[in-house]
Amino acid sequence: MFTAIIAITFLALVFGLLLGFASIRFKVEGDPIVEQIDKLLPQTQCGQCSFAGCRPYAQAIAEGEVDINRCPPGGEATIQALANLLEVEVKPLDDECGVEQPKTLAVIDEERCIGCTLCIQACPVDAILGAAKQMHTVIADECTGCDLCLPPCPVDCIDMVEIPASTANWRWPDPDQPNLGNLGQLEAEQVKQP
Amino acid sequence: MRQLGSFPGGLVLDGQKSRSTQQPIRSVPLSKVLTLPLQQHIGAAAVPIVKVGDKVLKGQQIAKAEGHVSVCLHAPSSGHITAIDERPIPHPSGLSALCITIETDGKEQWTELTPIEDYKNSSDHELRQLIRDAGIVGLGGAGFPSFIKLNPSVHHHVDTLILNGVECEPYISCDDMLMRERAQGILDGIAIMRQATKANRCIIAIEDNKPIAINAMQTSLSTHTENGKIDIIVVPTRYPAGSEKQLIEVITNKQVPNGGLPIDIGIVMHNVGTAYAIARAINYGEPLISRIVTITGNEVKNAGNLEVLFGTPIKDCLTFCETQWQIANPIIQGGPMMGYPLANADLPITKTANCILVGVEQAAPAEQAMPCIRCGDCATACPVSLLPQQLYWHAKAKDLDKAVDYNLFDCIECGCCNYVCPSEIPLVQYFKFAKTETMNQQQERQKSDAARVRHDNRQTRQEMEKQEKALRQQQRKAALAASQTAKQAEEDKT
Repeated sequence: MFTAIIAITFLALVFGLLLGFASIRFKVEGDPIVEQIDKLLPQTQCGQCSFAGCRPYAQAIAEGEVDINRCPPGGEATIQALANLLEVEVKPLDDECGVEQPKTLAVIDEERCIGCTLCIQACPVDAILGAAKQMHTVIADECTGCDLCLPPCPVDCIDMVEIPASTANWRWPDPDQPNLGNLGQLEAEQVKQP
Repeated sequence: MRQLGSFPGGLVLDGQKSRSTQQPIRSVPLSKVLTLPLQQHIGAAAVPIVKVGDKVLKGQQIAKAEGHVSVCLHAPSSGHITAIDERPIPHPSGLSALCITIETDGKEQWTELTPIEDYKNSSDHELRQLIRDAGIVGLGGAGFPSFIKLNPSVHHHVDTLILNGVECEPYISCDDMLMRERAQGILDGIAIMRQATKANRCIIAIEDNKPIAINAMQTSLSTHTENGKIDIIVVPTRYPAGSEKQLIEVITNKQVPNGGLPIDIGIVMHNVGTAYAIARAINYGEPLISRIVTITGNEVKNAGNLEVLFGTPIKDCLTFCETQWQIANPIIQGGPMMGYPLANADLPITKTANCILVGVEQAAPAEQAMPCIRCGDCATACPVSLLPQQLYWHAKAKDLDKAVDYNLFDCIECGCCNYVCPSEIPLVQYFKFAKTETMNQQQERQKSDAARVRHDNRQTRQEMEKQEKALRQQQRKAALAASQTAKQAEEDKT
């Protein structure tokens, strides 16, 4: 009886120390699930989800405060990825936040720009270059197409343009979504032989 | 004779080549207008160095290479530049891209050519530069700039240089005819390639269904200075033996590692057509301005191989070969297994156009695909030992990570699985879709990671600015308070 108590106490002590040591030695900084969710979000930083950027939205999802269907730029693919990660049901996109649209790019009409710097301050990813009273321009490669530079512009000189299709960004079409106008679809059937 | 290796799967197909090999290589009459896409190769598009209205001579450089993976472009005939704008190009997407349009004057006036007297006096670097300036790309169909493949770099040593004259896809016979008629030129080109790569040994691989070409090459070799340094190896006819990695397996019994290049196992492979183009470029100073194109199919009355200037409209070639074609019956560029249909016959012939097919029964659209019955025929036929059926499920479910785990990117898109599938499922189409989709997702991920970093940096910067502002305010307040107390004290004194 006495030996048993000593043995159990001893074991409890050893494991307690071990756990205590592990909790300090292998301490995880931050919440890894937030990081994982943030990685799946498109990083447009557009705020259409009603949060001030992708990370705050990821935080809110992790805390279970909001649904996973509030990201229009990510669209269906992001909802699917989030559902897989969090093991929840896939939901259609919340229309309250907006609709899924093709990716766009901000273009400043340099003739009309008065150099007010308001768009530079609004850009969440520092993709607009310029100085006061100097014409501004968008670094096309860095623009996420978030639309946030549109409202502050006093002269309405920013346009969102769709990224034009070229042979460089062209993708083979999905054979499950027949598109009669697409030659790629035809080809699949044509290489078939009797 | 050395023991040949083999690759798994593959198909024995009806060659259908006799139709286009009845006549010698013919030249097409000069077309009025030549349309030259600036990108006829893998890599970055060339940059125009001419303006609209300029007069150009045959062989004159009209666009320069941009970046490393790129080559120059030359005027195929003399005339005027009439436009530099977006035009439809031969591409599976049917999209347009920047093209230079030349209106020919019919004089065929050559620019001044600078042939190399004796290439043996040139360094390998000089030879590669000349090959690059001549705009030479792989003429087998992929169009990779040849000078890069002739540069083994400091980390590698080229053991074997393989010349690919296999031409395994049905109907195509441009390499066959080239070997029959211009064996001497091909051998001259191989000699230059050997000097540029410093390869230990050199092999010409030809499929056994081309006895005339084999004979022509052997006869030429017996009197050539390269005799004894080059082996001609006859490989059994089996599709896709002409695919780079499969041919390496047949000849050397070695496999190119997953995700690697042939140079990783000391092998460099070029097409025989490329060797001929290199000989013309070095020994005669002629840039790449034309190629041999097979025009064949049931609707082509006078089928054969044509030497076509780049930019020539496909319809001019078809008319020359007395072809009947309709909108409903698409024109295919490439072979029946791997080719793709073109939007119309107005598109130009480019550096990668090895064959134009019109009215090929095998290429007729299939009925609706039926469900997969899991017969496993596709896995037996696959020359890369993949599991097309598994890949198909994952690609269809858009589970791209799984498809990549099943080595999606090792697929060579040869079409063997399509051919054997009893349910007529367009398997390769699914794999092409999954490949481009995966690459696109990776790009997007990279872009979003970059955006996150920029956003985080911005926030840190804003936070810092805020703190600095607060600090400054505090200091100002403190200074004000200090001066006020000092004033107060003075007032108290008085």
